[in-house]
Amino acid sequence: MDLMAISKTGRRGSALARLAITAAMIPAVVPALAQAQDAHRGGTMHLMAVASGGTLDPQINYTAQFWQLYSATYDGLVAFKKADGPESNTVVPDLAAEMPTVSADGKTYTFTLRKGVKFSNGDDVTTEDVVASLRRIFKVSSPTSGSFYNGIVGAEDCLSSPADCTLEGGVIADGTANTVTINLVAADPEFLFKLSAPHASILPKGTASKDMGNTPIPGTGTYMFTSYDANNSLTMERNPHFVEWSVDAQPEGYADTIEYKFGGTEESAVNAVMNGQADWSFDPLPADRLAELSTNATDQLHVHAQSAWWYAPMNVNISPFNDVRARQALNYAVDRNALVSVFGGPALAQPVCQILPPDFPGHEDSCIYTQDPGDTWSAPDMDKARALVAESGTKGEKVNVVTEDNAASRGVGTYLQSVLSDLGYDATVQTVSGDIQFTYIQNTNNNVQISVTQWYMDYPAASNFLNVLFGCGSFHPGSDSSINIAGFCDEEIDARMKAAMTLGATDPEAANAEWAKIDNAVMEKAPAVPLFTPRRLDLLSERVGNFEYSSLFNWLIAKSWVQ
Amino acid sequence: MTSVSTDKLPPSPIGEGVSAPDGPWKRLLAGLLSSPTAVLSGIGLILILIAVLLAPLYANHVAHTDPFRSGLSAKIEVEGKTVPVMQRSTEGLGLGVTPIGPTWSGEYMLGADTQGRDVMARMLYGGRSSLLIAAASTVLTLALAAIIGVAAGYTGGLVDGVLSNLIDMMWAFPVYLLAISLSIVMIGKTFVLGPIELSSSSLIIPITIIGLVYVPYVARPVRGRVMTIKNSEFVLAARGLGVRRHRILMRHILPNVLSTLIVFAPMLTALNIVTESALSFLSVGVQAPNASWGTILQDGQSLLYSRPTVALAPGIAIMVTVLLLNLFGDVLRDVLDPKSARGR
Repeated sequence: MDLMAISKTGRRGSALARLAITAAMIPAVVPALAQAQDAHRGGTMHLMAVASGGTLDPQINYTAQFWQLYSATYDGLVAFKKADGPESNTVVPDLAAEMPTVSADGKTYTFTLRKGVKFSNGDDVTTEDVVASLRRIFKVSSPTSGSFYNGIVGAEDCLSSPADCTLEGGVIADGTANTVTINLVAADPEFLFKLSAPHASILPKGTASKDMGNTPIPGTGTYMFTSYDANNSLTMERNPHFVEWSVDAQPEGYADTIEYKFGGTEESAVNAVMNGQADWSFDPLPADRLAELSTNATDQLHVHAQSAWWYAPMNVNISPFNDVRARQALNYAVDRNALVSVFGGPALAQPVCQILPPDFPGHEDSCIYTQDPGDTWSAPDMDKARALVAESGTKGEKVNVVTEDNAASRGVGTYLQSVLSDLGYDATVQTVSGDIQFTYIQNTNNNVQISVTQWYMDYPAASNFLNVLFGCGSFHPGSDSSINIAGFCDEEIDARMKAAMTLGATDPEAANAEWAKIDNAVMEKAPAVPLFTPRRLDLLSERVGNFEYSSLFNWLIAKSWVQ
Repeated sequence: MTSVSTDKLPPSPIGEGVSAPDGPWKRLLAGLLSSPTAVLSGIGLILILIAVLLAPLYANHVAHTDPFRSGLSAKIEVEGKTVPVMQRSTEGLGLGVTPIGPTWSGEYMLGADTQGRDVMARMLYGGRSSLLIAAASTVLTLALAAIIGVAAGYTGGLVDGVLSNLIDMMWAFPVYLLAISLSIVMIGKTFVLGPIELSSSSLIIPITIIGLVYVPYVARPVRGRVMTIKNSEFVLAARGLGVRRHRILMRHILPNVLSTLIVFAPMLTALNIVTESALSFLSVGVQAPNASWGTILQDGQSLLYSRPTVALAPGIAIMVTVLLLNLFGDVLRDVLDPKSARGR
């Protein structure tokens, strides 16, 4: 702030004079800035959520709620930069002293471990911890073990027999040289992104190979978990052994303690924040408070774009959506602007008709399911939609829309039911508890025809949407873990996706251009209805300062102060 | 032992010149009409019934809307100006979309819900579902309770032991826990029972669930009443005269149990309205596209701050209907069971 003020004052003089003044002031300003930041250290930050995020184990938990906390409590060999805005998509060295050396064929990554880093229990971080942690990913059957880390040599054996996982030949430690070498079966341009995810956190080698549940595991971050009761609260305190080694990877936190309370409602959380009894709430703000907050709390609100999409996957293997015309019809019929209203208006959601979110690698504006096909969505085309339904011969069939039991999901589902009825289907809505809906809609045994769900990026690569959600490898009939909910498997498109991933290792730009074409190719087959891209809205108490937002971890809690 | 038919019993001593006493139904009607509370509450209930039966007329000719279709892009004319039903905030950061509030005219009289649908039209349609479910589940409860209670009380022995324990087991479950559990099982997917196929939106599912959960609460008093009647002098006399069991059941037991069931009916209907609303509010009762007062209450929950009428309207409707039913039921009990009325 001080530097900005100085440069604004100097704008009246010549460039040279400004430079000279600035240079002269820097030695005086930097200590002042540090002093000001020191003054912000301390205090307790109070967070709230309606419910907890489940297990505290960073290699198992797969929720945005707890990944946000892991960004300040655990580290990997590399990490996403803890910075505001698009910079947060950059991978920086974390427990590795520098970015790894990668072999020419892209299959071997060699990391040199940073020295002097300690776990919160006082133990040094060693190469053995790294090996044990990477093995533990498979031993605890981490949700991404089969998708993110299956390319490591030896992973196949680990996936088939997790308890005996050794990753032999895949992860090699050299304690003397303080290096860890990871060998891949094939080049993977996204491997560093995957290593930056909390599932690849480095934990003490003695950590039990089971879900640790409510028991905190020592970490290396600026904070450590000290107590956790999933029905009540979570406490984080400063890690006494933490010494900041990289402000980009793991900046030191300002608050001394972070207290997270679970329970209550979204409404009560808003009241608590507005009354200064809490500093922030994880859950989306209640829709009927938005207009009021929009005028009364403008300084406390922060709106950010998210790399995410709300969509309605249609089961391509059962009637009526096993007919591409029925799927295309619904794509033509859905009024995206109407759905934006359900989510709080255009300030909080942007209509989309593609899979890759706007500004995401590989995204190119294109919309085929609109009244005037072109770059963007304009209006629904009900005539075309009704004609397609008639052609498909599916009119009158029963369709059940499965939604979560929260207001936004139920609102979208009710709207889809209305549109399906307009198209001539006998449509109903089924609301399923949010705790189970996501797994329920994945399992083909439940015969879900169409559902409402969301996907938030794990890392900034097109494959994290296209390949994960519509790749043949993500479809597992009869399993609760079949993230290709539509059951879409087009071998030609699948081959193109694999080729694009390979191309990404050598020519990322060409790969992204190919991903844009794949996005269109998938949408021509219409396995889902893209609805909108949500924006994240955070309401903070008046005392919170220095809000920074990461694409992956949302609000960077450690970088904000409360005094 | 010789079996003697009551048809061959001597004729009634009431003969010519002696007027026959009023039948039980006439006495019931006279009792109800002599009570201002019963008359007023009865009129109130009839008015509510007429209003909800006229729902299609209201939707088509007054509100000009289909209350089961989303109206997120709809527009209406208010004071000569065309305005969107879903109004986007234009102040501050421009966050939020608020449904139009009560216009107190034909269209959107009570405003719109989060889907831009006419709340008044949905209230009337929702009332049809709520009242239908409550009444039908009451009939189901009373029928099942009568069968179980009479069978257990009259037969006794092993049958009584099995049925009484079954009733006790059902009673051990908290009503709402049992109802929610049944709902989750039955609403989860299309329910197929032989040729009968029920989709998750079928009203038969909440009717069945609510009808089942209250059976123990009626069956047990019915059983007790049957056991009392079974040992009363007139039944013992009939048995002594050799009257067949099924005839005693039909002529002496059931008519006497009927008054107990009638007393239960309005109270149970009131209870069922509340239960249906609670289940629908929790998303395990009436399913979209159907509406009930409970689902409208749920819709209104997310609009409590900006559009409280959406939640208040079904809340008031439930409160008034339940109150009227309870008042009516109170008088009904006094008329049918004067002993308990005197005792109070």
